[in-house]
Amino acid sequence: MQSKLSWQEFIITRAIKASGYSAIVFVALIFYFLLREGLPTLGEVPLGDLFAARWYPIESYFGILPLLSGSLLVTVGATLVAVPFGLGTAIFIAEIAPRWAREILKPLVELLGGLPSVVLGFLGILALAPNLRVFLNLPTGLTALTGSLLLGGIAVPTVVSVAEDALDSVPRAYREGAWALGATRWQTIWRVTLPAARSGVLTGIMLGVGRAIGETMTVMMVTGNAPVLATGLGAFFSPVRTMTATIAAEMGEVANGSVHYHTLFFIGMVLFLISLAVNVTASAMVFRSQKRAERVLS
Amino acid sequence: MRKIFLLALIVVLAITACAPRSGDSSAAGGAAAYIENKGSDTIVNLALAWAETYQGEYPDVRIAVTGGGSGTGIAALVNGTVDIANASRQIKKEEIAEAEAKGIQPVEHIIARDAIAVIVNPTNPVSQLTLQQISDIYSGKIVNWREVGGEDRPIVRLSRETNSGTHVYFLETVLRLGDKTNKTFFSANTLLLPSSEGIINEVRDNPNAIGYDGLGYVPKDLKMIAIAKAAGEAYVLPSVATVNDKTYAVARDLYMYTAGEPTGAIKIYLDWILSPEAQQIVEKLGFVPVQ
Repeated sequence: MQSKLSWQEFIITRAIKASGYSAIVFVALIFYFLLREGLPTLGEVPLGDLFAARWYPIESYFGILPLLSGSLLVTVGATLVAVPFGLGTAIFIAEIAPRWAREILKPLVELLGGLPSVVLGFLGILALAPNLRVFLNLPTGLTALTGSLLLGGIAVPTVVSVAEDALDSVPRAYREGAWALGATRWQTIWRVTLPAARSGVLTGIMLGVGRAIGETMTVMMVTGNAPVLATGLGAFFSPVRTMTATIAAEMGEVANGSVHYHTLFFIGMVLFLISLAVNVTASAMVFRSQKRAERVLS
Repeated sequence: MRKIFLLALIVVLAITACAPRSGDSSAAGGAAAYIENKGSDTIVNLALAWAETYQGEYPDVRIAVTGGGSGTGIAALVNGTVDIANASRQIKKEEIAEAEAKGIQPVEHIIARDAIAVIVNPTNPVSQLTLQQISDIYSGKIVNWREVGGEDRPIVRLSRETNSGTHVYFLETVLRLGDKTNKTFFSANTLLLPSSEGIINEVRDNPNAIGYDGLGYVPKDLKMIAIAKAAGEAYVLPSVATVNDKTYAVARDLYMYTAGEPTGAIKIYLDWILSPEAQQIVEKLGFVPVQ
């Protein structure tokens, strides 16, 4: 009996360990694959051409700058939408809403998070883009702004879900302490609860940003996909082409092993590095704030 | 997207090919004839639809259809690995020379036509343009509808994605006016939409938009532009009649090539393709029938 138990224990421990390490192995493998398929570009396309402003792959113009600027523009826009809305919703659900409202709101927000992005894209094409065009008097409604608004909508549930959990796990004693000192409800939220939940809130925002930068289908449908290099704020109101949409639109029919194929993988690599940078920054910020919190407490 | 559709068709074909057929006992022993058909991706859906219908009517004939591009198809014909090559362009002189060197005389059959209609919003007062004007609009030289006799509105250019055969054809025939040395590009702010549906939606909704699409895909509520080959010539609206009498400028023939004059099952199949029944499928898929 004793030996059987330890034998089972051995298997289970190893299995859990293996699944833990497998995440690392998968990421490493994906990165290796991206490097293998993407790095040849550096030998095939001169660096000056790769970081040029014209993307027209069928005539061998492989300038990825317009795609980079398009992705950054849409992501920044989405963050500007998702952070205030996401935080506001999270605070409302965790701090202000009565119990019954919270029990309805939380599942609703999570349902929103499960909405397929194609559906949101259709909504964008049929409802948002035409109205934006008329309302802002733009030449076309298929713009970076449309993409930002929809992507913001996609990122909101992620932000809300994680931030609300963080706010919820702040001990009740903190709030009671603040109230006892005469702080208003708003002062309690802004100066006590939110700072205490800071690391979780930041994680939520970063996950939301990550979701926005990697989103493909929606942006492909509503941003117009014109590879124009963004040079000013006016670019928000004109069509852009993102890196994800480029890969999705062109990978299907590209000849295996061609320069175009390698360049698309190179773009995937750049995208991977950006996501990595976002995540590393997020963990670093969370880590730093934790250390400071420990210092304050000790 | 086309690839997925293609895959689905192949799967459907494979399933129908496997299904046992009742009343097939006379042809026991399997297919009597086997036709290998390869080439242009523009034609592949049409060729698949034909093959499917034909096999339904003549269960003793098996037709295998694959894409890969016009050049691939012709190369396969020259190498003797296929019976029929599909091509959305005419065979080149070098390809004919190569074939003759191997003792093959490629024979051309025009099996359908493909016309591209230029479309605008129905509220747009512009109804006719010359090829040069369309080229200037898409290359970014003309930026306002006023310059071509319309309202004072910015022009929003819509195009298919660069991997679409229609995009390349439009670039060569309209933007570059068929001139191989011409290096005109689509203006960078041309919207590249992933589907025909996207273009039609935006044109329907946006009075600033101009787009293009296969003639058969244009819905009735959009306005087609009459096109003149040059200033001073007649403006012609695209239709089956104007495509067939070659007065409409943005149209091309679609071909099938055989090695020598076709005989036997291949000849019967090619004759069937030109029959009204098969040409009806042409219309259904958005191309122009040859009669």
